[in-house]
Amino acid sequence: MKQNKSRRSFLKNISLASLATLTATGCNMKELEEFFQRNFRTLSDKEKEDIIRNLEQKYIEKYNKEFQVSAEPAMEQVEFAYGLDLSRCIGCRKCVYACVGENNQSRSPQIHWIQVLQMEKEKGVDFAHSDVHYNPEKVPEKGHFYLPVACQQCRTPQCTTVCPVKATWQEPDGIVVIDYNWCIGCRYCMAACPYGARHFNWGEPEIPEEELNTDMHYLGNRPRVKGVVEKCTFCIQRVRKGKYPSCVEICPVGARKFGNLLDPESEIRYILENKRVLVLKEELNTQPRFYYFFGV
Amino acid sequence: MNFIRFINGSVKLILKGSKAYYTWLFFLIALVLWGAFGYADQLKDGLITTNMRDSVSWAFYIGNFTFLVGIAAAAIMLVIPAYIYNWKPIKEIVIFGELLAVCAVIMCIAFIVVDIGNPLRFWHMLPLLGTMNFPYSMLSWDFFFLLAYLIVNLTVVTHLLYSIFYKKPYNKKMVQIIVLISIPMAVGIHTVTAFLYNALPARPFWNSALLAPRFLASAFCSGPAILIILFQILRKITKFEIQDKAIWTIAELMVYSMFIYLFFTIAELFKEFYSGTEHLLYWKYLLFGIDDSKEIVPYSWSSITMGFIAFVLFLIPKTRKNFVTLNIGAVLIYASVYVEKGIALIIPGFTPDVLGQIYVYTPSMTEIRTAAMIFSLGFLLFTFLVKIAIAIVFENYNISDISKKETHLIREIPTT
Amino acid sequence: MKLKKNQNGPLLLMVLGLFIFWYSCSNQSSDADNPEINYSTEQSTVKTANITEIAVEAPPLTDGIFPCNDCHSEIEPNPDRRELVDMHDDITAMFNHDSKNRWCLDCHDLNNRDSLRLASGQLLDFKESYKLCGQCHGLKLRDWKVGVHGKRTGEWNGKKEYLLCVHCHNPHAPKFEPLTPEPPPVMQESISYMNLKVNDDETE
Repeated sequence: MKQNKSRRSFLKNISLASLATLTATGCNMKELEEFFQRNFRTLSDKEKEDIIRNLEQKYIEKYNKEFQVSAEPAMEQVEFAYGLDLSRCIGCRKCVYACVGENNQSRSPQIHWIQVLQMEKEKGVDFAHSDVHYNPEKVPEKGHFYLPVACQQCRTPQCTTVCPVKATWQEPDGIVVIDYNWCIGCRYCMAACPYGARHFNWGEPEIPEEELNTDMHYLGNRPRVKGVVEKCTFCIQRVRKGKYPSCVEICPVGARKFGNLLDPESEIRYILENKRVLVLKEELNTQPRFYYFFGV
Repeated sequence: MNFIRFINGSVKLILKGSKAYYTWLFFLIALVLWGAFGYADQLKDGLITTNMRDSVSWAFYIGNFTFLVGIAAAAIMLVIPAYIYNWKPIKEIVIFGELLAVCAVIMCIAFIVVDIGNPLRFWHMLPLLGTMNFPYSMLSWDFFFLLAYLIVNLTVVTHLLYSIFYKKPYNKKMVQIIVLISIPMAVGIHTVTAFLYNALPARPFWNSALLAPRFLASAFCSGPAILIILFQILRKITKFEIQDKAIWTIAELMVYSMFIYLFFTIAELFKEFYSGTEHLLYWKYLLFGIDDSKEIVPYSWSSITMGFIAFVLFLIPKTRKNFVTLNIGAVLIYASVYVEKGIALIIPGFTPDVLGQIYVYTPSMTEIRTAAMIFSLGFLLFTFLVKIAIAIVFENYNISDISKKETHLIREIPTT
Repeated sequence: MKLKKNQNGPLLLMVLGLFIFWYSCSNQSSDADNPEINYSTEQSTVKTANITEIAVEAPPLTDGIFPCNDCHSEIEPNPDRRELVDMHDDITAMFNHDSKNRWCLDCHDLNNRDSLRLASGQLLDFKESYKLCGQCHGLKLRDWKVGVHGKRTGEWNGKKEYLLCVHCHNPHAPKFEPLTPEPPPVMQESISYMNLKVNDDETE
């Protein structure tokens, strides 16, 4: 009898104490809500709307700017693919920085979604002898060619298979996306990616406020927090509205091509049908949607 | 209620001890505090306080995790020969092996927690509450297996100690069954951890079929080493009886596994160096360095040297049976496997990285401090558990030692 | 009695755990991996605009030079092949478009300087200069029409924005000059929590 009494009172005391602590710490209801938010794919449309509204409110408070966060789903009958003309890329890196600006990548610690590798023409596509830190006076340098690498949006991605929490998946239009609120930061996907396409927020990402791009997609370029993985999303906030990715538009030599594989009149189909096309690390059977070709 | 009294009684034990015991505790607690402040930096600023970067995204923490999984697995694998050779102190071997396994698994989980970018979001990995990516992701398999292994071992060892404490016979059948299950589970957890690396075609250094067998062989080399030393200590300070022959048999078994490990490594080296493809680069970085980057060469060669010396010491019967050389060999093989799992496994997998770039990694102070914190906590826990186990198993510490104080308070307790 | 309770507990826990796993696995949607993409062979309803005459950006004519007839209507046309020294000597200085074989009046019309001319003699407005380039550079023209050659802006599923050849290639010296690259990525070794507040100038 005595034992039961003591156990009951013990439980009562514990629950009172925890409730008191919780209220005493002044836990913001909104923060708690965000913490317990479920995996994006399991949410209903209404829940998504609520989350986005909360996000937009949070961004106004944090950055003092109006943001548009969209949760635009994939268009029907669309499968994106990308073409990169190796005979044209001059290694100017304008695509790298256009991407940084468009997608709100952290400036410090620095994150670049596109890595441009300088390779020797004699050796061909040989990663072991490539250099990502090239910095000559002028590009292109004689005897070298340039290979930009970003997420290849593979058809059979290794990264989505290994994620232990299903925080990353492939959308119906082919883009591999990450739910930044669900990612736990274990970096297994980074170990699995054969193209080094995924980048981690090692520290709190810093973006100068005046350079923030306020036109955002939930799964794309909204500002990330520390401890999550991010990567190229084919500018999901642009392409789902019919625009080209930023890298395509900024390339001064027109080395980048983008389109809908299911549209027989698109540039990308033309490239696949008429140019000599290759993919990186083909033997790994990742079946990338990112094709390298030779325009000349 | 009985269980709480058992816990109570156990806690009383760990608070009392000799001067040496207190010194040891003080040393460990000091390390824990030093490490904890380092970890606090990491919690505040993020993983940028480590030296991991995009190119080498897994390093010291995961290396330690891998090594400790090996220890956890090996602690139980020792049970196999105990049964086969019908050793007298089989119950004690099981208990201490499982205590070691429990501590090792807890340390493993701790290393994972400090490694992930958002530890508070760990619940995303649970089924039902979160979205566990089972059966596709090897990490969810690992998580599941580790947890199950922890529960199994904790159950058996608690039950055994509890029964001895209450002077009751333990349920021999249930314990036997669970212990027999824990053996394939031990093999299982280390295989799953090996598969974690093996699953990645992006990393040719790990994508070899021999990786899982090498893991098991190296675990079997190093895990029993701790137990050999522990049993000798126990033999000296308690009534624990284990024959010299039994310890030598353990050492013999370690020789077999060392030999197998050596053979596997030679097989790997042959394949890479003879075929001479570009995949050779990773082994080259490990053993000889690439151009000017020779940072981990001293580690790999020291690991090889220590392992080889241990192998020879254990192989020759004279040095195996001499306890001085035996213990030296045990320490050497433990250190060799630690360096190998911690550094020589993870870093070459990422160097050069998938785009051919080389990022030179060495652990940062924060990583060392956090690892020190976890190891000290683990040692602390192991010390406590071993102290409790010694008292209960060898010094007849039981319910009557604590109920003596209570009999004058409560008159009628039905004596069981 | 109490002992039996103790031993059923953990076993139950294990069974429960296994049940939870079986439940969560069997209830997974099949696109835990990648979604099915409909590779239908029928024509997709998403089409790019059907283009015969290509709408392009206005040609980048130099202020003060165009319209050419402001001066040339009063100058006697001189068809002799020569190097220009009075006017347009800046162009002569940098002219590098098959300069061994070509000169000004191969592309510019002799009598009407506000027009270009095709090899057949047919006159061409500056707005359609791509047809002139396409005479020799047919493969580029073919690729350009589809959108594969040249800078791509506009809409991938709608109206594409085309630039003329001359927007990127100076017709008198079409080869691209090497340019200064943007800064390389910082060495990962230099990324540290201690120098996060450094300004953007830090490159290595």
